[in-house]
Amino acid sequence: MDVLTLSRWQFAITCMFHFIFVPLTLGLSILTAYFETRWVMTKDDTWLRMTKFWGKLFLINFALGVVTGITMEFQFGMNWAEYSRYVGDIFGAPLAIEATVAFFLESVFIGVWVFGWDKVSRKMHAAAIWLVAIATNLSALWILLANGWMQRPVGYRLVADATGQVRAEMIDFMALLLNPYGLIKFFHTVTSGYVVAAFFVMAISAWHLLKKNELTFFKRSFRTAAIFGLAGSLLVLITGDFHAVEIAKVQPAKFAAMESVWETQCGVPMSMVLLPDESGECNHIAWFDIPKLVSVLAFHGFEAEIKGLKAFPKELRPPVAPTFLSFRLMVGLGMFMLLVSLAGVYLSGKKDFEGRTFFLKVALWSLPLPYIAGQLGWVVAELGRQPWIVYGVLKTSDAVSKSIGTAQVVASLLGFTILYGGLAVVDVYLLARFSRKGPV
Amino acid sequence: MELQITWFVLWAVLWAVYFMLDGFVLGTGMLSGLMSRNETDKRVLLQTVGPVWNGNEVWLITAGGATFAAFPTTYALMFSYLYTALLLLLFALIIRGVSFEFRGIVDDPRWRSVSDKAIIVSTFLPALLFGVAFGNIFQGLPMDKGGYHGTFLSLLNPYGLVTGVLFVLLFAVHGALYAAVKTVGILSDRANRMAGRLWPALLAVAVVFLICSKFATLLYDNYIRWPVLALIPLIAVAALIAIRYFMAKGAMLKAFAASCVTVLFVTFTGVAGLFPSLIPSSIDPVYSLTIYNSSSSQYTLAIMTAVALVFVPVVIAYKIWVYRVFRARVEEKDVLAHGESY
Repeated sequence: MDVLTLSRWQFAITCMFHFIFVPLTLGLSILTAYFETRWVMTKDDTWLRMTKFWGKLFLINFALGVVTGITMEFQFGMNWAEYSRYVGDIFGAPLAIEATVAFFLESVFIGVWVFGWDKVSRKMHAAAIWLVAIATNLSALWILLANGWMQRPVGYRLVADATGQVRAEMIDFMALLLNPYGLIKFFHTVTSGYVVAAFFVMAISAWHLLKKNELTFFKRSFRTAAIFGLAGSLLVLITGDFHAVEIAKVQPAKFAAMESVWETQCGVPMSMVLLPDESGECNHIAWFDIPKLVSVLAFHGFEAEIKGLKAFPKELRPPVAPTFLSFRLMVGLGMFMLLVSLAGVYLSGKKDFEGRTFFLKVALWSLPLPYIAGQLGWVVAELGRQPWIVYGVLKTSDAVSKSIGTAQVVASLLGFTILYGGLAVVDVYLLARFSRKGPV
Repeated sequence: MELQITWFVLWAVLWAVYFMLDGFVLGTGMLSGLMSRNETDKRVLLQTVGPVWNGNEVWLITAGGATFAAFPTTYALMFSYLYTALLLLLFALIIRGVSFEFRGIVDDPRWRSVSDKAIIVSTFLPALLFGVAFGNIFQGLPMDKGGYHGTFLSLLNPYGLVTGVLFVLLFAVHGALYAAVKTVGILSDRANRMAGRLWPALLAVAVVFLICSKFATLLYDNYIRWPVLALIPLIAVAALIAIRYFMAKGAMLKAFAASCVTVLFVTFTGVAGLFPSLIPSSIDPVYSLTIYNSSSSQYTLAIMTAVALVFVPVVIAYKIWVYRVFRARVEEKDVLAHGESY
């Protein structure tokens, strides 16, 4: 393998690994802050115990999110130096702002929250975790504005820099800030994080409820999470719809791959069962059509025209099968999670909730689903953008560092795999250990 | 052209503040084995840095982000040229973070013993690597229009290693003094003695570094051109000597303050000598990455300046507040009474 392929694998692995921890942080910080607020307001001890129990799991996850996040910033320069040089004028800004505005806030106040139980007032202590929650979500905003710019570059122009090389320079910061693609992606991503946190709390609560442990504690946890999860699932769906429209508008090749549409046509139906055939440039199987649904999803119009993949030269198409399958599976999981959280809200209001063992088992085994859906979403976003690293501006193959060798990247990829494998073991071990132990 | 100079100064300040703040975390960590006699000592030492290490590390993220936003070409080439060194740094920082956070939460001697070793290695290594990296930047990297002609091993040249040892000793003294002012009793005395024993070695290496810099680098050229800049290394040396003076008087807090000033001005000494380069080329100055040929556009620099002017003071304000909240020395009872402690 060459440096480009290895670097792509390394970026994908480290990014996806980082994104195991990010969504839970986004959602569980809010839930923990909510629990503590209820405790401050009611003085009810159960809320305090909930704050401490879920907060402990939050901290384990948070620590791994922090350490795996540093990798991201380093890698742009290490493996993607040509990218960094080319777009640094505009892409570097949101990253630097994220560190200054958001990352400081969360890392400083997490210290206050962990160590400040008897050093600051109760209200200040609850405020600290709210600041952490706000900061992590703010952090996501800047990162997703940066990613949004890679998807839909705005507010820039191409100019020759001081050394005569062409690069993208920022000419309109507000365009970057108000880039609809970035904003939609932000809302879609953070709300999917809320679903991850909701299913995390629901699954662990279900496990304890099946064992009849701490019924009050876990019923209350489950119910709060289910409501949060239902709201999250609905918002993910709504923002997902906006997102699809935006993609159809500005990244037609990605949209065509997501729906595996080969021919440009109007009133495109959606086949419930579909298998793309990339070499034959058609679909092997296309069964159970729902008329005009793809057109409706893309442009909210029955007769809207969808540009098919054949309208793009082969070298400008993303890999169709993985993009299509990831998108389908993500949407399917999203629908399923909406149903589970809806049922959760309904059933957790019942007196004999702990006796609903079938549903509790469903909730328990649903734990990995939002994680998988989130990862698939990123596959759609990033693989679907190929061959571009910045859509229509810079190709991934032109973005890789020139000064690194295959041996270096093989070694680093191996190093990351071993180190992250170890971290994964530690993470699962600690989360399982403290989840099982239950509240104190 | 003024914004480039503003960002050169900010770049220096971000690195210097990072070294000042994370330096004592790294120093306390690498000496944690030597300064402690039992489990409680170790937990007390970790507790002294517990509430602040993460916030301190963000100065590095910000320094990196600022390099990316203000000097993208420098960011791109620095990080790809120093690939292996940065990878090791990254791994060490990752291991440092998890071993700090996870050491205390599992009450098992083997878990803690592995964590202890991980802490020592993962705090020593970044100190050394930062020193080696900056030493090589001070003397210039072998780069021309064909790219970079060095390897990871070529970074381990005598001057790079001297700077590496300088950083290790600087952070070790800094960390020992921090431990001395943040703990009580025997542990504090032990940290105090540790700083006292390391200080002569630091002084000796600092002298070697200053002499070697004359031969291995062009850092002094700027001091000859603008003699007023000589104040920077003079303050560094004065602060270094002040550490010993205050220690002798038993004024440990002042000694620690002096060591903060030392770390800041050692960094400024090197970076001021680089100006206007960020990374000089050791082959030909034509290929040096300077604040002019590697910077962002005026527009981006202006935006970033506005962001920095508004938010950096806010960050500093709440960081001061947090240091005040946790200003008390950590005692045995603090770690024994709390489940949340390290």
